[in-house]
Amino acid sequence: MTIATRTVVTRQEVEDFLYNEAALLDEWKLDDWQALLADDATYYVPPNDQPEGSHRNTLFLVADDRERIRQRVIRINDPNCHAEFPKSRTRRTIANVRILGVEGDLVTVTANFVCYRFRRYERVREYVGEYRYILRRTGDTFRIKERRVLIDAHELGSLGSVSFIL
Amino acid sequence: MSARSYIVDDREKKTFLLDREVLVSDDILRQEMSRIFGRCWIYVGHDSELKKPGDYRSRKVAGRPVIFVRDQAGKVHCLFNTCRHRGAIVCTQRDGNARRFMCIYHGWTYGNDGNLIRVPGDDAYAESFEKSGFGLKRPARFEQYRGFWFMCLDADAQPLGDYLGRAKDYIDLVVDQSPSGQMEIIAGVQEYDVAANWKLMVENSVDDYHLPSTHSTWLNFMANSGVKIEPPKEAGLVLPTKGLAIELGNGHFTTDNVNFRGRPVAKWIPLYGEAAKPEMDEIRRELVTRLGEERARRVADTNRNLVIFPNLVINDGSSVTVRTFYPEGAGKMHVTAWALGPVEESENARARRLDAFLTFYGPGGFATPDDVEALELVQQGLANWHEDRWSEMSRGMGKEGEQLNSDEHHLRIFWRRWNELMGAPA
Repeated sequence: MTIATRTVVTRQEVEDFLYNEAALLDEWKLDDWQALLADDATYYVPPNDQPEGSHRNTLFLVADDRERIRQRVIRINDPNCHAEFPKSRTRRTIANVRILGVEGDLVTVTANFVCYRFRRYERVREYVGEYRYILRRTGDTFRIKERRVLIDAHELGSLGSVSFIL
Repeated sequence: MSARSYIVDDREKKTFLLDREVLVSDDILRQEMSRIFGRCWIYVGHDSELKKPGDYRSRKVAGRPVIFVRDQAGKVHCLFNTCRHRGAIVCTQRDGNARRFMCIYHGWTYGNDGNLIRVPGDDAYAESFEKSGFGLKRPARFEQYRGFWFMCLDADAQPLGDYLGRAKDYIDLVVDQSPSGQMEIIAGVQEYDVAANWKLMVENSVDDYHLPSTHSTWLNFMANSGVKIEPPKEAGLVLPTKGLAIELGNGHFTTDNVNFRGRPVAKWIPLYGEAAKPEMDEIRRELVTRLGEERARRVADTNRNLVIFPNLVINDGSSVTVRTFYPEGAGKMHVTAWALGPVEESENARARRLDAFLTFYGPGGFATPDDVEALELVQQGLANWHEDRWSEMSRGMGKEGEQLNSDEHHLRIFWRRWNELMGAPA
């Protein structure tokens, strides 16, 4: 890496950013959450059996570009989004945050997560997996360029759906 | 148990009622496993999933663990994934390529054609012990139509082609998207549970009555994406365009709708982007050249949700999905869904097809999660089945001629066939 492209990024900065994002999602502040996204942001949830596949030739669970994310949030915020009305209660815990690389203003980050989802009359659903981010350094904070969620379960099975922002 | 009817089918009063016990009873589920899943042709997999000799997929079909595999000679088999020795699963991988499957318990080893080829220490067996009698068992029947493989546990069942009957025409319409007549299952499988009786998914897959109320957020999304969603022009319609429900015999049926929602096969909508137009025009021209104007219109300008009795659904809508589902208890089902596309599709066309799939279908789609919610709410409500016994399914009953996709004619076809196979008096 040359001096010119070196960007100093600390794990604490990244953790603060991810913890804030997790709180916004768990609190259903989806418009505030969207403010964390870059204009070219993407959001992917690959299928359980092909976690390393490409959305262009593999059927994903979610493969959103920025406009589709906007439409997804419109949908989820609508009381007629029956799968999320009443809203699930979620609580996510993020750990093992690692900065894998820095290239120019882009920071590649991975983290483990557990997202507990509660719905009325139901037992807890536990989504366990890995978050992979490409963050863009923007001033003294970041914007999300890519957000990829890999679910460890062999099949979605009793987790049922990904009707909220995982 | 004495047979009884689970439906009230009063054609004079134009009333059709379904006994809700069929959606909640474990006893009825046990009967279904023999009378429905033990007798009908059940979908196993698609030929394209096994491209090379040795390719295999292990999965459960109607509760039975099977290995769907292509042998060294290229022949496709459906083998029960159960060792003949003491019963262990012999193939533990989801998919892969293998010449043989070895049981880890005592090492009995089978070729990918199912034959037993090795028994460790076989000199300890009497001379009468013949390996050739211990190949992996297989369902009584295993046949395919245009790459769709089905098994049947009933040796006396009619051939698959006869069983499918007029449903073949609708499979042909799907396959006609491909210039070479070859469709393939695309990588990436969606497997998810729904806390509802499996038969509710049959109903939901073809019920267009629910679309405006269950899927208003999807209709909004389509409108936001530039698709004109106009109120229906004809009396009796609930959707922007007209759609029919068509009976295909043997309990099979389909919807057949004039498309308003776009199709990756040659019906452009703004969602696909301007850049997609030239290629989609080209796909259209190829269809017309190969099939003629009228057939090309059937392929490109209609969308159809086809049910092959009892539990295979092929939705040729916003994309093509092949979906099957099995009961795991009276109040729970396991769904498996794949995307299907023409083998010769360009990289961009394939990406467009997959993107279109996700606008509606699947656990992260803009519509399927709300279907799942609706079915689970039904199942929860059915806890009152004993006091509130009958589901009302007479919409459109007694109507002469054309049957609408938003009526319940096709759902009644399913239930009548189901009732008959369950041994109800005629």
